[in-house]
Amino acid sequence: MFSDYSLAELGSIFVMQGFAGLILFSVFVLMALGLAIIFGQMGVINMAHGEFMILGAYVTYFTSQFFLNYLPGLFGIYFFIAMILAFIAAGALGMAVEWLMIRRLYKRPLDTLLATWGLSLILQQIYRSVFGPREVGVELPGWMMGSLPVTDSIEMQINGLFVMGLTICITIAVALLMYRSNWGIQVRAVVQNRIMAGAVGINTEKVDRYTFGLGCGIAGVAGSAFTMIGSTGPTSGQLYIVDTFLVVVFGGAQSLLGTIASAFTISQAQSTLEFFLSGSMAKVLTLLGVVIILMLRPQGLFVIKVRR
Amino acid sequence: MSSNNDNHDKFSGTRRRLLQGMAALPLLSTTSLFSGSAFAQAPATSAVNTTGLAVTDTEVTVGILHSVTGTMAISETGSVQAEKLAIEQINASGGVLGRKIKFIQEDGASDWPTFAEKAKKLLVNDKVAAIMGCWTSASRKAVLPVVEQYNGMLYYPTFYEGLEQSKNVIYTGQEATQQILAGLDWVQKEKGGKTFYLIGSDYIWPRTSMKIARKHIEGHLKDSSVVGEEYFPLGHTQFNSVINKIKLKKPDVIYAAVVGGSNVAFYKQLKAAGIDLSKQTLLTISVTEDEIDGIGGENIAGAYSCMKYFQSLDNPNNKEFVAAFKKMWGEKTVIGDVTQAAYLGPWLWKMTVEKAGSFDIDKIAEASAGIEFTKAPEGYVKIHPNHHLWSKTRVGQAQLDGQFKVVFETANLIEPDPFPKGYQ
Repeated sequence: MFSDYSLAELGSIFVMQGFAGLILFSVFVLMALGLAIIFGQMGVINMAHGEFMILGAYVTYFTSQFFLNYLPGLFGIYFFIAMILAFIAAGALGMAVEWLMIRRLYKRPLDTLLATWGLSLILQQIYRSVFGPREVGVELPGWMMGSLPVTDSIEMQINGLFVMGLTICITIAVALLMYRSNWGIQVRAVVQNRIMAGAVGINTEKVDRYTFGLGCGIAGVAGSAFTMIGSTGPTSGQLYIVDTFLVVVFGGAQSLLGTIASAFTISQAQSTLEFFLSGSMAKVLTLLGVVIILMLRPQGLFVIKVRR
Repeated sequence: MSSNNDNHDKFSGTRRRLLQGMAALPLLSTTSLFSGSAFAQAPATSAVNTTGLAVTDTEVTVGILHSVTGTMAISETGSVQAEKLAIEQINASGGVLGRKIKFIQEDGASDWPTFAEKAKKLLVNDKVAAIMGCWTSASRKAVLPVVEQYNGMLYYPTFYEGLEQSKNVIYTGQEATQQILAGLDWVQKEKGGKTFYLIGSDYIWPRTSMKIARKHIEGHLKDSSVVGEEYFPLGHTQFNSVINKIKLKKPDVIYAAVVGGSNVAFYKQLKAAGIDLSKQTLLTISVTEDEIDGIGGENIAGAYSCMKYFQSLDNPNNKEFVAAFKKMWGEKTVIGDVTQAAYLGPWLWKMTVEKAGSFDIDKIAEASAGIEFTKAPEGYVKIHPNHHLWSKTRVGQAQLDGQFKVVFETANLIEPDPFPKGYQ
């Protein structure tokens, strides 16, 4: 398929294709991070993850509307405020859900699966009843649209760069929080041995609530960022959930590093295959690869040894 | 005609059989036995309703069957709104055969077996005289055996892949050849399109449509070729790789049938990748005003869409329709192709009932061919004996404000051809 093109053309296509793969990688990390925290640290499978993301997207939509109508001069920077609000809204809802529902189900992991799936249906219908069944279009400030010409034939998507930057910031923040802060020590202590952690004076219930809230908050930020590349509607969250679980399970549930490695592997495989094959076929082969690797290594790519 | 629905048999068995037999004969031909027949003026219920439908001296009940919950609610809401508007207008103008239309609304919940179950409920328990409903092909395929078995009448609004025809269904949207061929002819002639890149979601409608498009491009358009054809799973949100491929192949025309959430992602990423739709010709068969609401006008401005109806159509019928629609459902609502087609359903049914002088399903199926609706927002439409509509095809260019500017319309009505020869 390449015989008709010059070397320069091919070169620039490969650069752009590599960039496309990196964007996909950032998107995967961003969507999986919140789920990985909740799943990894608490063992809760949050099927409503996509709905927390869409809450962030709706918050972004309303912030954009607010700025358009009342503060048009500051429209250029509304997105940063929207992301903070999305984090707060999704995090607060997450903590409320943890308090009302999840904490009663810690000893019944399969029931949490069912309960959070039910929660996702409830949230979808609430979005539909409150915000209407139609999709909404989130308007972006001018500087975030279009692409940056690097050379004559190579262009980088600005929103792609934005997602990459955001992913790096959030990943570093989470890593610092988990491995360098007092709170992170408490979380890891609870993961390793809940009873012992309680015995040495860690308020395990509080740790659980904040962990769940943090995971949901990050989902909210992800949803907010994805308004740049995807749709915002009551059921849009469903578009991301399968890929999200794929990344988390493939990476090995308890490891941040595993999530990142798995997002990288899957995104590169998918984006390369998509370029050479058709879209559906690429997806089939990617899934097939993941299934085979999980058969050989059921615990995922990376595992932390935990005393159960 | 094998549908012997004994379950509503309140009337004399012989008479029913006689009527069914009479209705069966002319179905094969286009001549109508009952048109202009004796009972044309608001007659007694016993005369216009011989099969036990829910018709009283003052009321007739129809069913509305769409998804108002689940993924498809996004699309089907507009159809429900249009059908309710049409019913309200018909009632305000005197109803059908002197009877007010009452509707029973059921929710298909974006789940195809639910559609079938609700259709059965409407036909068997509520004995509705007609069903306005379904949206996706999958829901129609689920409902079809039910309306055939219980002898109901379904008015189906969506443009679809064709390859279907039923006594019990009136298709008020376009079938694939009506929507596709004229648009491709136009894009080749006006835009000089010679190389096409086909891209769609991976299910029956885009695949069948692309098959027809490819046959037309390769067989009927001069020196034109397809340089790429791709399908993506429903819900796919990452199009950067295929956009790079499009950049490499530099097709004259991108021909798109991507649906749902993927649609939004596709156009946002095209825009982000620096593909300027005012320079790169893109023709789509899956974007109406409804979809632009989600995509955002600034992301799709410049693209062309091939439909039979656009909200911006400049004719008196449409102006009246748009004003009435906005009055009922709010200033901000938009009206897409399917919404308009859904609006036709109740009106076509009313006119057919009045022509047949009866609510009986067999007589309506029989009388449908040749029904003309001169007040249709899209202009004049007429029911073909194959139960699809004669309609014009139009090309609109998407504008920043989310509306389309009509840039082309076929001179004549296009004949519906659900089983196109040479395109399968």
